[in-house]
Amino acid sequence: MAEANIIGGLVGGALIGLAAALLLAFNGRIAGVSGILGGLITSRELGERFWRLAFLLGLVAGAAMYRFFYGALPLQIQGDGPTLLAAGLLVGFGTRLGSGCTSGHGVCGLARLSPRSLTATMIFMIVGMATVYIAKKLF
Amino acid sequence: MLLVFTSLAIGIVFGAGLTVSEMINPARVIGFLDATGRWDPTLVFVMAGALAVTLPLFPFILRRPSPLLDGKFYLPEKSQIDRRLIFGAVIFGAGWGLAGFCPGPALAGLASGNPNVFLFVAAMVAGQWIGARTYG
Repeated sequence: MAEANIIGGLVGGALIGLAAALLLAFNGRIAGVSGILGGLITSRELGERFWRLAFLLGLVAGAAMYRFFYGALPLQIQGDGPTLLAAGLLVGFGTRLGSGCTSGHGVCGLARLSPRSLTATMIFMIVGMATVYIAKKLF
Repeated sequence: MLLVFTSLAIGIVFGAGLTVSEMINPARVIGFLDATGRWDPTLVFVMAGALAVTLPLFPFILRRPSPLLDGKFYLPEKSQIDRRLIFGAVIFGAGWGLAGFCPGPALAGLASGNPNVFLFVAAMVAGQWIGARTYG
């Protein structure tokens, strides 16, 4: 087993949960990143686009602040260019069809006790594990 | 206008959470998904930390007639577990396992300036767009 980052995980997780609770309490929105991005791409209303863009810019700014204070981000890319291209297409297409990702289904949907979100979360975790297993066997 | 400000501020908290938890790091995520190898349980602690906040707070928030800055809550309307949901989750899981990136960490990871993250995000936006055009 690899060394887990227990404290960082719990604290960072709580911040993610806090952000999701605040977005629901103030804006009445679900903090699902794929859904917020999707609405930014397809919505025709300017007001809809503004808050979505602001949230996503905040996401980048939050990580940028960490980089500013600690010097670097903990980020090690896995896979080469073609892999990242294919993975990005699958993640974008899949989250659009499946109406959500790890934040929307995993954090917000589970908190709403949604059967759809529980189903989706179990499926993408199992398929993710199967993909890593197969990729390790192949390469 | 106020909605845009709260969105930005809350996005910053979310992005900081993704970074502090190291979920921004695909190596951590692949480590979690590598269940038969050197399994990394960090993601479990992240989910636990997040759900410890959202599980008690969501019902409390949703008991109010409306959010603080808008007239109504915007909640998902579908309740049926349909083929589209399952198909989408399978495709997303495959992409997630390939690169270790899901949408939030990939977008927050743009702050690294790493061109590989930009490549992934561009492909992800294209994938969303194709999904919207083909399936709505």
